[in-house]
Amino acid sequence: MELFTNQVLAGIATGAIYACMALAVVMIYQAIDHLNFAQGEMAMFSTFISWQMMQWGIPYWGAFVLTLAFSFAGGIVIERLLFKPLAKAPILTNVAGFIALFAIINSVAGLIWDFTIKQYPTPFGSSPFLGSQLISTHQAGMIGVTVLLLILLFFFFQYTRIGLAMRAAASLPESARLVGINTSWMIALGWGMAAAIGSIAGMLIAPVVFLEPNMMGGVLIYGFAAAVLGGLTSPLGAVIGGFLVGIFENLAGTYIPGVGNELKLPIALALIITVLVVKPAGLFGRPIVKRV
Amino acid sequence: MTAMLNVKDLRAYYGQVQALHGLSFALNEGSLTTLLGANGAGKTTTLRAICNMVRSTGAIEFDGAPLAGRSTENVVRLGIAHVPQGRGTFTTMTVEENLQLGAITRKDKAGVVSDIERMYDHFPVLKQRHTQQAGTLSGGEQQMLAVARALMLRPRLMLLDEPSFGLAPLIVRDLFRILGKINREDKVTILVVEQNAQLALELADQAYVIETGRIVMSGNAKDIANNEDVRKSYLGY
Amino acid sequence: MSAVEDVVTEAPAVEAVPKRAMTLGFGTSLVMLALLLLVPLFVKNFIIFQLTMLLIYGLAVLALNILTGGSGQFSLGQSAFYAVGAYTSAILMEHADMNYALTLPIAGIICFAFGFLFGQPALRLSGVYLALATFALATAMPQLLKLGFFEHWTGGVQGLVVTKPDAPFGLPMSQDMWLYYFTLAITVGIYVASVNLLRSRSGRAFMAIRDNEIAASAMGVDVALYKTLAFGVSAGITGVAGGLGAIAVQFVAPDGYTITLAISLFLGMVVGGVGWLPGSIVGSAFIIFVPNIAEGISKGLSGAVFGVLLFLVIFLVPHGARQVAMVAQQLIGKLKK
Repeated sequence: MELFTNQVLAGIATGAIYACMALAVVMIYQAIDHLNFAQGEMAMFSTFISWQMMQWGIPYWGAFVLTLAFSFAGGIVIERLLFKPLAKAPILTNVAGFIALFAIINSVAGLIWDFTIKQYPTPFGSSPFLGSQLISTHQAGMIGVTVLLLILLFFFFQYTRIGLAMRAAASLPESARLVGINTSWMIALGWGMAAAIGSIAGMLIAPVVFLEPNMMGGVLIYGFAAAVLGGLTSPLGAVIGGFLVGIFENLAGTYIPGVGNELKLPIALALIITVLVVKPAGLFGRPIVKRV
Repeated sequence: MTAMLNVKDLRAYYGQVQALHGLSFALNEGSLTTLLGANGAGKTTTLRAICNMVRSTGAIEFDGAPLAGRSTENVVRLGIAHVPQGRGTFTTMTVEENLQLGAITRKDKAGVVSDIERMYDHFPVLKQRHTQQAGTLSGGEQQMLAVARALMLRPRLMLLDEPSFGLAPLIVRDLFRILGKINREDKVTILVVEQNAQLALELADQAYVIETGRIVMSGNAKDIANNEDVRKSYLGY
Repeated sequence: MSAVEDVVTEAPAVEAVPKRAMTLGFGTSLVMLALLLLVPLFVKNFIIFQLTMLLIYGLAVLALNILTGGSGQFSLGQSAFYAVGAYTSAILMEHADMNYALTLPIAGIICFAFGFLFGQPALRLSGVYLALATFALATAMPQLLKLGFFEHWTGGVQGLVVTKPDAPFGLPMSQDMWLYYFTLAITVGIYVASVNLLRSRSGRAFMAIRDNEIAASAMGVDVALYKTLAFGVSAGITGVAGGLGAIAVQFVAPDGYTITLAISLFLGMVVGGVGWLPGSIVGSAFIIFVPNIAEGISKGLSGAVFGVLLFLVIFLVPHGARQVAMVAQQLIGKLKK
């Protein structure tokens, strides 16, 4: 029983990271109907930035906040420069754009900080949380930061004018323009927020997976699985999907024989395909009707 | 008196296809004008061209200032509210959020709050349903919501695209009565595009008839209603 | 869940390419073939090896082009099919002592089946969803190949070493040169077959699906069958390319078939021009020689160069090499006058 509880809690902790990645993916998907295949690389780059700042002597939380700001601005710049011009282009062109961004960020991170694995600090320590062996303080910190972020986002979207405008622009762009919302900037804002949320995921998971240019590959696939499970049209679904996928991953690894770390990615693949085939709208998403 | 909205030689295109062939008309401040025409005559395109939602040439002036080159949202910010065909309801949001969205460009918080109450006076059914998801409203209720949302902008000009579409006759009468009231009491200039010519002509004081992208007749609504051609083609008696 | 449904007008998956614009004229084809036949006689073995890889990646890009340019479906997972083909050939040659040439049709058939089966769930996916599923496939593939369960055959993380074949019948040519001509023969065969496929009834069905799936089904095209068929054919050709690749490189290992390979093939297609089959070889040249040059300057630079060039292609020549070729043709036409 203790093993079970332990695995569920550990699953919730990594699930928090998947939830962040899924949320970032969904924010951009809601805004432009495309999946950002470079979301993981953007998060990885942000994490390197924070690491670099700490190397220069900036304390953890200072670097954390500065990185959020950097990521937010970076997301907006990427959208304005590279993806705004592609708004009306075929899907293929957009996919190509995301793939190109993936390659550029991965490569540039390697060029600047090289491909060796680096230690990344945690501000929470890694001792047992509240004296319990079930979960470490860092895992508790991952959950805590994510929950705080989710609450802030909820209030932002539910109770602020810009939050309302962003939701309107995402759900019906034409109507949104007709009430005077600058939908183009709402998209840019969505990119900025997605980049910032992704950077939080990166900074929280880096102490676990270690810092290197390919650190987010597996995390992003699980983020996608979470987003698909929850429904790409539902931010709340994406978050729930993240936690579910995290728990599922840990339990499968513990209890299904032959599934260890070495089948981590095939499991995510199977999950993505199963959900897409069985329930394409996900658990909480709205079904999409195609107009002929 | 100079016109509030002045449209000159408007031509609009969907890709290679030309939908409007040099349309000219003017709206006076405080007027209630209707644009009549059959399916595909270019009524919707005219409204969309005013809000720069379709590629067009020609001159459109609002209060003497050209609208060309302005984005849709910047046209709206001048005080031109557009109730699109199909109502454009934000179906996943609540009724109240829809109304707040109508006023999203306004900075006067207190004014917005009191205007929402005013809308509930105009359309009591919306008050009953203010926490409900707008997508669960009936067609008539959604049309009321769309009009209310447009009014939340405190517009000087309101463009309505076939508000009667798909609604029961009784509800249409009710809606048109409210539109008349808004026009008289709130001094909102209204341009309404309609296929229901009879009702529209009863309501309006000015009318234009449009055929295949051209204005073929214009004048006082009563005169138009009495015109024999119009009676035969649009009123059916 | 609300009862409300979203209605969306989707952007087209892929821009339509007219059928005639998908191939080269007869004369141009002959000149190309003559060049490919003659060049190896005048260059060093290492360059011959690179030319062989050029043809092999050309095949893999061609396969993706049939899928995307032909039927309008995406794949970011071609590296998975390539890997299965490579491992099939390697395992058959090393464990079953099979002749290398015989392993290729088997690799093709196995990959056709794999692609066809993968195409079944993919049937219900379109656009970005298909891109996502195949992206996940490519990411997961190396882990599957490393599985302890298969280690006896696959060699696990270590991979397998493959013996390079000699020229048959005592022909007086080096191994590299023989393999080049062998590959060239297969490439030309598959290219001609692909051109004919796209000109056939099936090809028209592919393109009808690409341009408007719903209209195609209304016209009586069996959309499900042709979509999975396109996946199967594409995977089959990729598998043959993978098998050839294993023979040419003399080695297979899981980390040779990561998402990076899938990205490269995708890039090759975009650079060559989506839907323009001859562009595949241009795209292939691009993905072979650009990294060579970039890595020579700095380790890890090739990704950045790839990405930047890809953006340049998207923004400046969205139709890739096809567009460049057409502009060149027009220029030549003007000069003649």
